[in-house]
Amino acid sequence: MIPGVDGFMYPNEIELQWSVLIVLYPFITGLVAGAFILASLERVFRVEAVRPTYRLALLTALAFLLVAPLPLQLHLGHPERSLEMYLTPHTSSAMAMFGFVYLWYLMIVLLLEIWLEYRADIVRMAQTTQGFTRIIYKALTLGSENVSPAARAIDDKVGYIVTVIGIPSAFLLHGYVGFIFGSIKANPWWSTPLMPVVFLFSAMVSGIAAVMLLYMAAMKVKRRPINMPCVDTIATYLFYTFVIDFTLEMLDLIHRTYEADESFRSLDFMVHTRLWTSQVVLQIVLGTLLPLGLLAANQLWRFAAERRRAMYTAAGCLTLIGIFAMRWNVVIGGQLFSKSFLGYTSYKMELVTREGLVPAIALMLLPFAIFFVLIKLLPPWQESEAHKA
Amino acid sequence: MGNLFRDSGHLIRPALVLLAGLGVFMVVRQAVIPKAFGQYGHYRPGAIDLVRRHPITYAGQQQCAMCHEDQAKVRAEGRHAHVACETCHGPQAKHAEDGSNLPKLPEVATLCVRCHEKDAAKPPKFPQVASAEHSGGMACNDCHKPHNPHL
Amino acid sequence: MEITRRDMFQMGGKLLVLASVGATLEQITGAEEPPEAYRMADHWWGMIIDIDKCIGCGNCVRACANENGVPKGYFRTWVERYEVPEGYANPKVSSPDGAINGFPPSKETSLKSFYVPKLCNHCADSPCVQVCPVGATFVSPDGVVLVDKDYCLGCRYCVQACPYGCRYLHPDTETVDKCTLCYHRITKGLTTACCENCPTGARQLADFKNPKDPVHEFLRTNKVTVLKPQMATEAKVYYKDLDGSVR
Repeated sequence: MIPGVDGFMYPNEIELQWSVLIVLYPFITGLVAGAFILASLERVFRVEAVRPTYRLALLTALAFLLVAPLPLQLHLGHPERSLEMYLTPHTSSAMAMFGFVYLWYLMIVLLLEIWLEYRADIVRMAQTTQGFTRIIYKALTLGSENVSPAARAIDDKVGYIVTVIGIPSAFLLHGYVGFIFGSIKANPWWSTPLMPVVFLFSAMVSGIAAVMLLYMAAMKVKRRPINMPCVDTIATYLFYTFVIDFTLEMLDLIHRTYEADESFRSLDFMVHTRLWTSQVVLQIVLGTLLPLGLLAANQLWRFAAERRRAMYTAAGCLTLIGIFAMRWNVVIGGQLFSKSFLGYTSYKMELVTREGLVPAIALMLLPFAIFFVLIKLLPPWQESEAHKA
Repeated sequence: MGNLFRDSGHLIRPALVLLAGLGVFMVVRQAVIPKAFGQYGHYRPGAIDLVRRHPITYAGQQQCAMCHEDQAKVRAEGRHAHVACETCHGPQAKHAEDGSNLPKLPEVATLCVRCHEKDAAKPPKFPQVASAEHSGGMACNDCHKPHNPHL
Repeated sequence: MEITRRDMFQMGGKLLVLASVGATLEQITGAEEPPEAYRMADHWWGMIIDIDKCIGCGNCVRACANENGVPKGYFRTWVERYEVPEGYANPKVSSPDGAINGFPPSKETSLKSFYVPKLCNHCADSPCVQVCPVGATFVSPDGVVLVDKDYCLGCRYCVQACPYGCRYLHPDTETVDKCTLCYHRITKGLTTACCENCPTGARQLADFKNPKDPVHEFLRTNKVTVLKPQMATEAKVYYKDLDGSVR
């Protein structure tokens, strides 16, 4: 009798290979993709109402994108060799190709767009601050202090193009993570063509919810009024995206249950036992149905502003918990059952080891620390002149 | 036109930063990438040699028989003809290399029953007994000589 | 042509000398692949397993562990015992410590029971090789799936991609490890440690490119299958008389 194992597992399957850090990673990149899509709503699709969150969304995306590789590095047996993915990438491996998607997204999309958006402010800061901060701003100007209206108009045009390119790039950034799981024929819990799409839409949901929460929190901290039309619009987009996401996940479930292939009984049993709390309670009921209900209520009836804010905050937090639970259920759930369909193991999450709970929590808090530094360095509160025009 | 050039000139700078980064990457790549990588496929050919260099632990029964011809002959006449020497005697590459490395004789109590204890999953024609009833506490080699176990 | 023991010894000695000269040369000149008697292009390795001969003694598991320094609790090869109940429902399967010490006698009465030895199937179209991000695992030119432990990142993507559960992360090197088909032995004319020590000949090394290898007759005259054929991995470990209940 092996502790934690019920039934039969292949001997090498008993120990889980991908830990909570690998749960964290798609959650973080999902926030990045979602935040960026929200930013693009304003820039490309001209949804004026969400403009107050444009810069905030970009900074959120950057803060999380910078942290995204860290759980992976901690998880690798040999992080010092991770450069090999760029030196000799195996083109048949989604994981290798993802390294380039990440770099592309970081450099060409996010950093370039943030630079173009903030250039006027950076130049102004470089001219008005002193000491160490001045050096930083001077470096950020990349040596050019041309902020004439013509130059800024060009920035705006180029920024528009970058955002347009950025939307499919954001889709790729997180769709790829879904593909990394969805393309594994050995694992029936993962192997479905729906996986990239489900990951993408759940990423958008989590990103939009995160920006909505950060916006409301930031306005509260800075003691500024929360722009209700802005938040209402974000909540509406969150609602519609969530409906699509939920539909896709239910489609996967219904399809599996109907087809009932050889893996179904084993997976069904797993959901009813080991995954009950994280899948049914946390992901579906608390993390999807409840926030959907709160958001739907706001589509049907008009509540007072204060009540709306409370409902949005609750919906946003529950959403984030639900999307995290979804990543958990995919990554951990996919390793809890045996590929012989005859047994189950357990995940023993440790506390202070390299892949334990404490580093996971630290990695979840780190983006907020970076975000805090970013909003001090590049305040999202003033909008750039060219943008207003 | 001149104005356009001047007003978009700042865009050159991130492009230059990017190109510089790309340049550094290409240089580093040339220096660090393992030589001959890709010779047979997408891997280091040195890896094949690395695996081949692993030391050998089991000498193989043909090696044993070269010195121990008499035991091999006895074995060849009985039901254990196809049981390799090291199956019971353990890995002996060290002994084959240097005969003074004497092997430890196997523990009869656990050794024989691993194959011959009766179990429903074993092929029915395979010689197997319920050892407790079969030998009444005696060691297997009290009656059966291991090299040719026939009584 | 009969290969005598003397021939084996001489060939082994020659290979050993050549290999060590080659290794020294490589150190000095950085040259790869010195010319030697073993040519990868002449071989295409696999294995044949006869279920009706396996007695579940676990000698193969022990031999592999000794030969390859397999860490305790991890398995490059293992044996499973199947007990198929009346009505052919889900079989009861066990593999106590990979069967490294054989099996305790079973108290179950079932319709039928048998042993199934398992190992890496050295798939020609290997899903584990496909997903490796850096090229640290590969199919060698002679058909053996190997891991480059000096290049492996330890990301474990290949462990997830293997349908057969034959890979694991080595706790000491923190790289992925698995059955190498005793590559260090078969390239010197020896057989694998597991096949050497199988007392009933249930496991046999197969070289598909050798016209005299028994594998051709084996495949022609027996009903054979690979594990999980629906995965289309072009597995090269063929099982004779494998029951449909085997997972």
